[in-house]
Amino acid sequence: MRGHGMKRWGILLGLVVALALPWLVYPPIALDIAVWALLAISVDLLLGFTGLLSFGHAAFWGTAAYATGLVALHTGAPFPVAVIAGAVTAGLLAAPIGYLSVKRTGIYFAMVTLAFAQMVYFIANQWRSLTGGENGLQGIPRDLFGVDLSDPFYFYYAALPLVLLGVFAAWRIVRSPFGRVLVAIRDNPARARALGYPVERYKLLVFVLSATLAGLAGGLHAVGHGFASMDDVHWTTSGQAVLMVVLGGIGTLWGSVIGAALVVQLEDVLATAGFDGTGIVTGAVFVLVVLLFRRGIWGTAAMWLPRARRLPALSRLARRGPGATPSAPAPEALVKKGA
Amino acid sequence: MSGEDVMGTVLAVDDLSWHAGGARIVSDVSFSVAEREFVAVIGPNGAGKTTLFNLISGVLRASGGSVRLDGADITREAPQRRARRGLGRTFQTSSVFASLTVRENVRLAAAARRGSCLRLWRRADSDAGALATADEALERVGLADRAPEVAGSLSHGDKRKLELAILLATDPRVILLDEPMAGLGAADVPALTEVIRSLDRTVLMVEHHMNVLLDLADRVAVMHHGALLAIDAPERIMADPTVRDAYLGEPL
Ligand SMILES: Nc1ncnc2c1ncn2[C@@H]1O[C@H](COP(=O)(O)OP(=O)(O)OP(=O)(O)O)[C@@H](O)[C@H]1O
Ligand SMILES: [Mg+2]
Repeated sequence: MRGHGMKRWGILLGLVVALALPWLVYPPIALDIAVWALLAISVDLLLGFTGLLSFGHAAFWGTAAYATGLVALHTGAPFPVAVIAGAVTAGLLAAPIGYLSVKRTGIYFAMVTLAFAQMVYFIANQWRSLTGGENGLQGIPRDLFGVDLSDPFYFYYAALPLVLLGVFAAWRIVRSPFGRVLVAIRDNPARARALGYPVERYKLLVFVLSATLAGLAGGLHAVGHGFASMDDVHWTTSGQAVLMVVLGGIGTLWGSVIGAALVVQLEDVLATAGFDGTGIVTGAVFVLVVLLFRRGIWGTAAMWLPRARRLPALSRLARRGPGATPSAPAPEALVKKGA
Repeated sequence: MSGEDVMGTVLAVDDLSWHAGGARIVSDVSFSVAEREFVAVIGPNGAGKTTLFNLISGVLRASGGSVRLDGADITREAPQRRARRGLGRTFQTSSVFASLTVRENVRLAAAARRGSCLRLWRRADSDAGALATADEALERVGLADRAPEVAGSLSHGDKRKLELAILLATDPRVILLDEPMAGLGAADVPALTEVIRSLDRTVLMVEHHMNVLLDLADRVAVMHHGALLAIDAPERIMADPTVRDAYLGEPL
């Protein structure tokens, strides 16, 4: 097929950037970008490709953070095993939450997922013997068969394969027959039903998959920082992920990566400058981007780039960000679906 | 012929009703349709034709009465269950997957029947069988050259054709067509009439083009104020004084 070569170059470029990241930015920030990007991608899988705005992904990120921490602390298992255990825990938690949420659409779905996430927050706060309450879980080890990973620079490379595995999974899912059904459901659920697609079952499955990826990210974050805390299950974590997706561009996957990189970097710059009104600045950037680029940074670039016809490589990339659907929806198109 | 099942009955509707906010939108409608029969449904605006289709296809839950498909009671079944039993429909207002390509729209329809959609780890365009079915359906409705376009950008008339192609690709045994020609240019009507004739399935069709419907229909059902006024051969319906009073006298 015509564009295969170009697509391969795009992927290669992404890989190079991923590998070079700890040289470009402060290594702990590199890890933060990677795991937040994975969380944002998991949210985009629902928001961009299924038309479901989850406002409760902190529940999966945070639950996985605690589960990973507990496994690592109590069993001394290598950190990838602990992280995968955390991701599976998040997926298991998503099954009942998803079952009860996917019957709702639009803003009601967002409200139900937020409500469940608040419940998880409450439980984490009460169950001190397990979660450490306000203190959180401290000193989560990052063992990998005795290799010394205490340097964040090296830990980044130890964690990267798991992040890439998650990104790759999301990318394959949106291009699979299953992924196309998700887009069909996003576009027109009544039509999908009339063709015989069990819409709720598809939504439940993608919800569980998305939560598992969010869990993978949350677990890696916990191991990377050495602790899991109430911040991980706080609703602002869910909000942050949604913000990254909208900033980067809904329904593009790559946009989530850009959104995550932007927000994490910005917060780091502001924090090191000793500025404590971080929320105001990220909020202002958010408002600005949403007003100027309705489809987010990547989505807008993808719309404008095809005009650079002389560069077939670029226009190819723009028309189909890997895994992107032919046209990513504008945010308001998704919200009005709630009717 | 209405009421109890007779030999060869595929679809049987019995005392079907739907109420909304105290209003009886569809009241006590009973009829049955035989294998490969073509029934046209007519009636003035607001007579309840679309609501009747929504009840049969499961978009709405009946307030009373029953729907049977091949003898099985499907009154309480979800729309997707009914679809998988072989009940297909089109919608009055074009209903396509707007952000997908024309070809993807039809491929999804073909794949629904082939059950190849729970594959998470394959490429969407790797199901050659579904793609072949899709291309054949597009050919039949005359949309083959539009296959790579995004469905949302099609003209109104082409969306109608796409709806029909989606239906062809699912190949249902019982088909509900809700004004498939609505908004179509006069030039397109004869060609689409032939596509619908070639369906060779059990068909219920709401249509306002009288000549099309008299041409295709074995029987005509007349709805008025939510009730089934008459169901009979086209020439008998045209001659029926009650029908003429209730419906044909009114402007369409
Ligand atoms: N969800 C609903 N709630 C309340 N009333 C409804 C609903 N849907 C339809 N109606 C009413 O039911 C009546 C029948 O509507 P329906 O769409 O079935 O008519 P129709 O015969 O298909 O008309 P048309 O020829 O205009 O398509 C109308 O008066 C409509 O306003
Ligand atoms: Mg109607």
